[in-house]
Amino acid sequence: MSLKKNILALREKKAMVQKGGGDAAIEKQIAMGKMTARERIVALLDPESFHEYDLFVQHEERNFGMDKKELAGDGVITGTGTIYGAPVCVYAQDFTVMGGSLGLKHARKITKIMDLALKLKVPCIGINDSGGARIQEGIGALAGYGEIFYRNTLASGVIPQISVILGPCAGGAVYSPALTDFVFVVENISKMFITGPNVIETVLGEKISQEALGGARVHAEITGNAHFYAESEKECFEQIKKLVSFLPWNNSQKAEAITPVAPTFKKNIEDIIPADPKQPYDVRDVIKVLVDKSDFFEVQELFAPNIVIGFGRMDGETVGFVANQPLYLAGVLDCDSSDKASRFIRYCDSFNIPIVTLEDMPGYLPGVDQEHDGVIRHGAKMLYAYSEATVPKMTVILRKAYGGGYIAMNSRHLGADFVFAWPSAEIAVMGPEGAANIIFRKEIMEAADQDAMRQEKVQEYIDKFANPYVAASKGYIDAVIEPSETRSLLLHALQVSQEKEDYRPAKKHGIPPF
Amino acid sequence: MYFLLFIYPYTLHNYFTLYTLLKMNKEIKNELVDFAVTARKYKTLLTPKYKLRKFWVNPNPMEVHSLIPGTVVDIFVKEGQFVKEGEPMLILEAMKMRNLITMPFSAKIKKIHIEKGIKIPKEALLVELEK
Repeated sequence: MSLKKNILALREKKAMVQKGGGDAAIEKQIAMGKMTARERIVALLDPESFHEYDLFVQHEERNFGMDKKELAGDGVITGTGTIYGAPVCVYAQDFTVMGGSLGLKHARKITKIMDLALKLKVPCIGINDSGGARIQEGIGALAGYGEIFYRNTLASGVIPQISVILGPCAGGAVYSPALTDFVFVVENISKMFITGPNVIETVLGEKISQEALGGARVHAEITGNAHFYAESEKECFEQIKKLVSFLPWNNSQKAEAITPVAPTFKKNIEDIIPADPKQPYDVRDVIKVLVDKSDFFEVQELFAPNIVIGFGRMDGETVGFVANQPLYLAGVLDCDSSDKASRFIRYCDSFNIPIVTLEDMPGYLPGVDQEHDGVIRHGAKMLYAYSEATVPKMTVILRKAYGGGYIAMNSRHLGADFVFAWPSAEIAVMGPEGAANIIFRKEIMEAADQDAMRQEKVQEYIDKFANPYVAASKGYIDAVIEPSETRSLLLHALQVSQEKEDYRPAKKHGIPPF
Repeated sequence: MYFLLFIYPYTLHNYFTLYTLLKMNKEIKNELVDFAVTARKYKTLLTPKYKLRKFWVNPNPMEVHSLIPGTVVDIFVKEGQFVKEGEPMLILEAMKMRNLITMPFSAKIKKIHIEKGIKIPKEALLVELEK
């Protein structure tokens, strides 16, 4: 009988804590258009799969009246569960409990579940919704943040780390998401900044809303901090689930393969790309023709759209795609697109995901702003990331491959395993107009009709160099292929690369141009 | 409207306009433009961030601009006054630090564009000089 009594007492105790900050606070959360922390976990994980730990953890702060305050779970829910059967560790900050503020015990719950994720070698997903450091705890809160960052760094490249911003995430709190692999934001709900609108108004006298300073759209499109942008929390959770389905549990595995389905996108691959190299097209259409089920899951869709990155499947296996996008800024490489692509390449390499590169780029973006923003330093990241990667690396040159861009986009010289070129490929040191102006400057200057002579020389250059055969004659590309062969050749290349091993000199770590 | 945004320098206080442009961009149909990369022009779309990029302006040595946002606490010079290189011009308080702005070279103060007590953004014109 007494055990029964104990069980009832446990149930009551659990129910108390599971209410979080109480009915009034929950109502307020709902009024803000947000789900509660517990609802979010349920929406994200497989039904009935969530198991919570550290429910009864309490803070130990004695100052500022905190000794009289009991905080349910110290403002954060932690536990394990599954997504499509894949195990994950998860934590969700509870805004209804003292604004989700982070104290030492709150942080220790998070680091405990992170340590567990690292030991179990499973992905860790953090849902952030917090007003920031718990001021009453002072340095304790800062210590907590530091301990989280440290673990984020240790786990980086070992287990997938995902951050979901579903509320404010300000000050020091922003750095945990920034250290993780993928950041999800939701319109009108996510807010991230180092110094908030109040500080900016005090210092600058500038009034700016939270949304305009660090809202979802700003981070998805301008800063590049966010990788996935959703209109609603529900859409956001679907995106997370889809992402997890493309990833392995950890860096010693490959992502789980699924039954392959043929591409469903019905456009003829030969009709997608205009013959005139100056005309744009959407390179995502090419990817859709290549991947299983034509299902391409784009990462950082809104940020630096002049390069496209994302996951697709080929023969059921996860493949990372990096493609120049002629639709935006003619597909040039610049600071942002180099940053975006190189981090993705390193991600794929860490988690054993082969990389397919589709190349059609006219060069680097010219401009004082680019040079002064450090396009040299940022552009070098691409060279580093591709050279460093030891996963299977394939390149298909669709049209233009000029100058430094040709080298940067996974060329043979950076260690590509397979380089294919369509017959429309132009592999040269620069575009025909620019090259002719330099090589034939004297002839053009001395001609009676300079324009006619220039045209003639441009044509001469096009005939000689604006094709894939010069590079093919030197063995820099392995095969000139018909566009319709692309998918079957890539499938073959992936198949024969299954057991690829490539060695790099032993080192503690490299020094990429961060 | 777009033209105005183009020539506006990309500083913190025009995140406002950038954000507005982002919102507008959702509705406005982006159109293909001619885009020059080296000697060739490509048809392509522009991004909001590119449209609002900072244009390079050759710095005018006769203009003194603020390097950080802050509050003008004190001004030591007057218009028409000749001041020697290295002498104090004004104090700009920023990030709880009182920064002493000194004369970059000996010159006459042509015009003072600020007054004591006002808050200024980054890259604001403070003082014009003349030889």
